[in-house]
Amino acid sequence: MKMLNQDDTKRITDKVLSLSKADECTVTIKGGRTGNIRYARNAVSTAGLVENTEIAISVAFGKKQGTASVNEFDDKSLEKAVRRAEDLARLAPENPEFMPTPAAVAFKSSSTFSAKTDAIDPEFRAQVAAYSIEACRKNKLVAAGFFTDESGFETIANSRGVFGHQQRTNVDFTCTVRTEDGRGSGWVRRDANDVSKFDARAASDVAIEKALRSVEAKALEPGRYTVILEPAATSDLMAYMFNSFDARSADEGRSFLAKQGGRNRLGDKLFDEQVNVWADPWHPDVPVLPWDAETMLAREKMDLIKNGKIAALNYSPFWAKKQGARAVGAPGNIVMAGGSKSTAELIASTKKGVLVTRTWYIRMVDPQSVLLTGLTRDGTFYIENGKIKHPIKNFRFNESPVTMLNNIDELGRPEILAGDESQFQLLIPAMRVRDFNFTSLSDAV
Amino acid sequence: MERRAFLNLGGAALGTMLLPPFGRAIAAEELVRPVETKFKKMLADTALTAATQAGASYCDVRVGRYLNQFITTRDLNIENVTNTESAGVGVRVIAGGAYGFAATNDMTPDGVAGAARQAVAIARANAKLQTEPVQLAPTPGVGEVAWATPFKKDWRTVPIKEKAELLIAGNKAGMEAGASFMQSLLFQVNQQKYFASTDGSYIDQDLHRLWVPFFATAVDKTSGKFRSRSGLSTPVGMGYEYLDGRKEDKFQAAGGVTTLYRNSYDLIEDARAAGKQAKQKLTAKSVQPGKYDLVLSPEHLWLTIHESVGHPTELDRVLGYEANFAGTSFATLDKWQSKKFKYGADIVNIVADKTTPGSLGAVGYDDEGVKCKRWDIIKDGVLVNYQATRDQAHIIGEKESHGCSYADSWSSVQFQRMPNVSLQAGKKQLTPDQMIKDVKKGIYIVGDGSFSIDQQRYNFQFGGQLFYEIKDGKITQPLEDVAYQANTQEFWNACTALCDERDWRMGGSFFDGKGQPSQSSIVSHGASTARFNGINVINTARKIG
Repeated sequence: MKMLNQDDTKRITDKVLSLSKADECTVTIKGGRTGNIRYARNAVSTAGLVENTEIAISVAFGKKQGTASVNEFDDKSLEKAVRRAEDLARLAPENPEFMPTPAAVAFKSSSTFSAKTDAIDPEFRAQVAAYSIEACRKNKLVAAGFFTDESGFETIANSRGVFGHQQRTNVDFTCTVRTEDGRGSGWVRRDANDVSKFDARAASDVAIEKALRSVEAKALEPGRYTVILEPAATSDLMAYMFNSFDARSADEGRSFLAKQGGRNRLGDKLFDEQVNVWADPWHPDVPVLPWDAETMLAREKMDLIKNGKIAALNYSPFWAKKQGARAVGAPGNIVMAGGSKSTAELIASTKKGVLVTRTWYIRMVDPQSVLLTGLTRDGTFYIENGKIKHPIKNFRFNESPVTMLNNIDELGRPEILAGDESQFQLLIPAMRVRDFNFTSLSDAV
Repeated sequence: MERRAFLNLGGAALGTMLLPPFGRAIAAEELVRPVETKFKKMLADTALTAATQAGASYCDVRVGRYLNQFITTRDLNIENVTNTESAGVGVRVIAGGAYGFAATNDMTPDGVAGAARQAVAIARANAKLQTEPVQLAPTPGVGEVAWATPFKKDWRTVPIKEKAELLIAGNKAGMEAGASFMQSLLFQVNQQKYFASTDGSYIDQDLHRLWVPFFATAVDKTSGKFRSRSGLSTPVGMGYEYLDGRKEDKFQAAGGVTTLYRNSYDLIEDARAAGKQAKQKLTAKSVQPGKYDLVLSPEHLWLTIHESVGHPTELDRVLGYEANFAGTSFATLDKWQSKKFKYGADIVNIVADKTTPGSLGAVGYDDEGVKCKRWDIIKDGVLVNYQATRDQAHIIGEKESHGCSYADSWSSVQFQRMPNVSLQAGKKQLTPDQMIKDVKKGIYIVGDGSFSIDQQRYNFQFGGQLFYEIKDGKITQPLEDVAYQANTQEFWNACTALCDERDWRMGGSFFDGKGQPSQSSIVSHGASTARFNGINVINTARKIG
């Protein structure tokens, strides 16, 4: 079906709200198309296009809630979906923690849409793949990569007057380049909502250079090292930590933000004072929707960590009411202040250390201390007297981002990226960190 | 649910988990009403015709209807009940020697024909970059056939009230036994998959799955310490009868430390044990790091098998097709060709299959229309085969696919996914208690915990749920802060004993991520209790702030 515009979705949501007989009703419409191309071994392996538009209707009778969704938008189908949601709500057990849908607020739009991204076609995707494939063939290297572009919209509305509609676009590119003998591997990631900010050729060159430099890796003893962590090396560590910024878990004593005696660490200094992190849906580099679709609450620009102190926790509407706090939309992005130095400049001012391109397969070992384990991957190098001396074998680490953010020597220039396994859009700096804990060696290239 | 959302699950993080927001919520009576085969065949034929007319040399069509019901609870409250339905059509073609794929939720003749033509256009764009044409192993057309998961109780017909009461009763039992907090979920899945291809197959499958995980968390507010214990159920390819908790399906772990389950599961009993054990973990002895002989229960070992054998023997990883996301593999073709690569000790035999009843991998046909079967991966410790799809079979000299193709939705392209990969039981009579009698300094681990492995599957680290010190042949006390690190080949070559088939059972994953865009697959792994000598154990306790 055609992409719905704001007038279309307003008409649809008004119709649904007028049909509902429940105490309250919320409506979400999401739609769009996602195109992708995937390549490996210097050839395209898969490519595709998926189009889908769906409307989800949630209704509540008292504290009993039901949800229904359809992908048909004629009046009869909309009515059928409303009645289904009402039937399910009547069947559902009562949830004492159910919270009413929020009252109307005006959402301030953010720049999440780019016409250029919206115009991407299969030929463009093939061209992106071609850049790295052809460059790798020329250099006797092997390329594997993935480019995906999304153009869509989200609409939210409820029976208390909330209405929001916004288009959004996004491109995401990752590329791994390996030497033919498998002894070297490099990687790059680029994310943008405006494709004109994305340069496939320059991105591919980063992965190519890392692959060529990473051949002949030497083993370094596991232990504690000064490390320069590129943004892709800390993105998932940071995301894991911010996933634990839940006020309820902290208050209940089951998070690293819990304190002895049943209180939380809001306001406590837990990190080096250079650490300043905030969420801002209107940030020009990492814009996200100005609402949190799950709660229909507006997002706000808010400090998460201020001069090393915990500045905010995420309160669900229920927990906020219970604790006398204010619930706001959960952040969609994370912005961390940095310095002005490039990674190369950070390397130049490092006497001895390890450069980490990215980290991989990160999992929680102990939520009590946010101890995470994972590995370095696709470009790990030994630094001596301000220069990359040679590639080194990959390490496994067991480290907490809390410890990491306490051991900061210097911060570099923030860069845009998305995490491998996180839902946040990120703008975070490279970091030089003391005493990063590598616990064993890996033979993986 | 996105794998990344599920990764946030854990004692503390479950409350932040989002259930899938989309999918049509449906009344119970509608759930059991299947889409008419005639209608699906008409859509499939329309797509096949449109694709071949547009120039496709091959086309397959998957008409999918995916039904899920999720129930989530927190302590004594039902947080959410969601029925979802997602339906649509995915069309994969080969044109100009390259693949193209398109999917649509517009289930009209015009909609699917449009998707088929779009897939051909995408294939043609890709063909310009193709070095070798796609080569499909022959698969005979099977005509019109059907296959269904065998089950006794259809989850779709069990009242929500009954399910909700069971989950809450489990939470209550856990809290009464010592847990400060309980969270539980019930995932129920029905996939109605209709596959058709230009080979002449029309395959209608009705697949049922279920999983009931929970998390018990105990908090000591005085010390600020908290510890969790997850449920010991396994996700299954069967019906609601799994939750019957039949007496004959229960047995004691070594030393009687906890009750374990096979074929059916007693949620309330396990939750009660979890509440007690979570509290015990608050005061358990912190492990002394060093080398130990590990005795690993199947509830734990399935995950080690999954990561260190399942993934590295996926042929697409071996060949480099997954290099950009989950990585490649140390189990390279030269090792397989040598016919003498010792992946593990002589007693290690690992078999792949998509046929074991009750397993997550069990289907009649894969998503390329290939009839499912069973084959050896590791025989007497030696790497003898991989997991392959139609377009890979020729690379390893196979005349037909292993039947390992899977897509997680009508809107996802099918590709190579792991079948069940299982460690065969020991041939000599041996119980876990007898195994422990021979261990001088060891740790008995039950249940799966933290997991991480490098991109070529050499270096791994695993945690667990329950840890018990073994001293001079006896289980002495619970331990905490345990994780072991090893290298895959060294680990499997350190396997010195396997319990017999009486102890063999399956664990599995409901959310195995792979591919780009990432897809979530389901897979079971069987094993009996196994012993591994001299494995490096680390202590994971840390202080912050």
